[in-house]
Amino acid sequence: MFFYYLRLARISILRHWGLSLLMVTAIALGIGAAMTTVTVNYLMSADPIPSKSHALHTIQLDNWDESNPFKEGLEPPPFLTYRDAKNLLSAKKAQRQTMHTAAKAVIEPLAEEDLPLYVTVRANTADFFTMFETPFVYGGPWQKEVDDNNDLVVVLSEKINERLFAGENSVGKSIKINGDLYKVVGVLANWQPKPRFYHVDKVKAFDDSEDIFLPFTAITRKKINFDDNSYCWGPTTDNWQDYLNSECAWVHFWVEFNSPAEKQQYRDFLNGYVEEQRLYGRFKRPNDNRINTLEQWFKAREVINKDNNMLMAMAFLFLGVCLLNTVGLLLAKFLGKSPEIGLRQALGASKSTLFYQYMVESACIGVMGGLLGLLFTYLGLAGIEVLYGEKMKALVTLDAQLVIFAILLSVAATVIAGLYPTWRACNVAPANQLKSQ
Amino acid sequence: MLELGLIVRALLRHKMAALIIALQIALTLTVLVNAVFMIQDRQASMARDTGVNETDTFYLTSRVFAPGYDYQSEIPKDLDLLRHTPGIIDAVYINSVPLSGYGGYQRLQLQPGKDQSSIIAGDYLSDDHLLNTLELELIAGENFQPEDVLIQDSNSAQLPAKIIVSRAMAAQLYPDNWQRALGSTVYVDENVPLKITGIVKTLQGAWHFWDQVEATIITPVISLTDAGIYLIRTEPGRRDELMPEVEALLAHSNKNRIIRSVTTLQDTRDESYREHNATNKILLLVVVTLVLVTAFGIVGLATFGINRRTRQIGTRRALGATKGQIMRYFMVENSLITLAGIALGAIGAVALNIYLVETFAMTPVTPDLIVYGAIAVFVLGQLAVLYPARKAALISPATATRMV
Repeated sequence: MFFYYLRLARISILRHWGLSLLMVTAIALGIGAAMTTVTVNYLMSADPIPSKSHALHTIQLDNWDESNPFKEGLEPPPFLTYRDAKNLLSAKKAQRQTMHTAAKAVIEPLAEEDLPLYVTVRANTADFFTMFETPFVYGGPWQKEVDDNNDLVVVLSEKINERLFAGENSVGKSIKINGDLYKVVGVLANWQPKPRFYHVDKVKAFDDSEDIFLPFTAITRKKINFDDNSYCWGPTTDNWQDYLNSECAWVHFWVEFNSPAEKQQYRDFLNGYVEEQRLYGRFKRPNDNRINTLEQWFKAREVINKDNNMLMAMAFLFLGVCLLNTVGLLLAKFLGKSPEIGLRQALGASKSTLFYQYMVESACIGVMGGLLGLLFTYLGLAGIEVLYGEKMKALVTLDAQLVIFAILLSVAATVIAGLYPTWRACNVAPANQLKSQ
Repeated sequence: MLELGLIVRALLRHKMAALIIALQIALTLTVLVNAVFMIQDRQASMARDTGVNETDTFYLTSRVFAPGYDYQSEIPKDLDLLRHTPGIIDAVYINSVPLSGYGGYQRLQLQPGKDQSSIIAGDYLSDDHLLNTLELELIAGENFQPEDVLIQDSNSAQLPAKIIVSRAMAAQLYPDNWQRALGSTVYVDENVPLKITGIVKTLQGAWHFWDQVEATIITPVISLTDAGIYLIRTEPGRRDELMPEVEALLAHSNKNRIIRSVTTLQDTRDESYREHNATNKILLLVVVTLVLVTAFGIVGLATFGINRRTRQIGTRRALGATKGQIMRYFMVENSLITLAGIALGAIGAVALNIYLVETFAMTPVTPDLIVYGAIAVFVLGQLAVLYPARKAALISPATATRMV
């Protein structure tokens, strides 16, 4: 019977091809718009490190000015001062902890004929690699002692290793920055978490990870300059050492916990730490120590921008209009068939049979709308890539899950849209229809 | 008059069909009003004047890598070279570029001392050539003199005696009369005095998304860093030709650095507002398709309504109704449904706006936009029903009687 109904549906759809085309296109447009925005949001909010996302946290402390809050009633500065980061790091109260910041540098040519190479730098402490599970092809993280003993070492990204050492195992070789030689201890495999969770904000959330990784001491010893957001209050500093001791917040600080109990302990520790610092006349504002999960952090840093959420709301309303459109048209179409339905009922077709038949027809339109909608989604994503540029590249791919979701959404939408018209059509009084024939 | 009673009674016999069109129109109006509002909102923020000559200006970064680089003498040398290059009107060394997303800020307070409220301003560090390079309009006071400019290491905290502020900044300091700012003293770092010696009409800061983007100051300091920016204005029309030349010129003049990111101010603006632009284009597409879908939906439904009533129409024609009367019937019917939809849609538009305002901190929509939207949707409905109504009017009385 199902195939017979399919055939009937085909005949009916083709007979009113203009109307059918209108319905299919409307559904497809609605699905296309909704799926495009859903895809972008879904990929933007994807978990960049599923194995660790529950364990990783970033810390905020409110070291700000008593009379001029950082953001009134909203939040403390997003980063820590170097002093606090250093103190928390050496306290070692979490399973693992790391501090890091961004920098830029130029790798100087070792041979006369080579060209200098401009690179982006992450300056971090040793736990960075284990905490964030960076994959290594050669070597590994530097020893923890490096963070204290000022050794000049470097971990290269795959790209830079390819560029400088033709992709060969470069562990033990050296690169030169600002006249200093840094010994390569490891080479990363391609590592591009999206969003780049360890350093996210409005504009940088989907940037690539850095070209090279240096010990944090390269920054503190002024071997290279950091190049990252820094929020300051208090007296302007005259030299680098003063800056390190100032209330300027610029150090990203991350911790890893294995259990909620550890997190609670850490909270207690932070409260104690702030109390202790108050003895030195710091932290004059009320306690606002924050231990952010990735999710909380992404939200605070507006990783998914407002525009995308707004566009998604609009797209779903648009889908609503398209579905109402379909309901109206299906209603008109099925009511137009009242004489035929009356005749069939008179000849003995039950209401459920008729219902089944017309639902098959609705679903057919839904599936076609869904398939065309997928094409529109694909075009929509291509359009988004053009509009937003390179950065969105990783965010505009459809995966199997999304394709299935799109088809299910369209079929479900049309079946729901078809329910009322079908029900109305099956409730015609046969006698009336037959009389008017 | 207009057979209103008749039309309403007929509509009530098919209330669902009418209700669905009304709902569709309501939702269309809801989306339309909010989408157009969002587009306007973004357009307005993109249309703000940066105050600088964006067409003839470009910049580049000089990234130094050799240890022991003599910034003190190399940077003036670069500036001298640039300023004497034919085609270049003026050039400066600066810490940040308008709308680029990277920059510094300073907190100014009117009274010295701790616990005074302060105002944050975007801070441009450059020299006395900045006004000419960016073609800023000085509306009060005077430009810096060469001897006002401090040349110092980027970690140094020394501050100059004078600053120039934007009018928006002046108005923030003295809300009652911005002109009072000229000659007044403001304080940074609690108690370091700076005298405002000039006011420029407009100068936007580095962050377009910051509500303080208009509040800026210019500090006469050359802050020496290993990643300095040279901002260059060329004679009109010569920018693109000079960009590669200047890059090569600087690259050859000193090999201990890399000249990077040679960018025009126009590209910086486009990059900065890329998201706004993209959102606007998407919203526009949504509006256009939405209008089309709704229009075609009305055509389809009206056509079906007319097909169903062919006989009645024929009968009315046979009884003496004119073509005009038949058309009028369907136009009035559509306007009734549309008006119901508009009433519902106006409520929906306000509700959606309230939601957007609360969730995304948008500004509330203005009532006149809802009125314009309503008029547009009404006209759309009438236009959409025109074709089916004409077809209905063309039904001949004979066809109708033959169908029995």
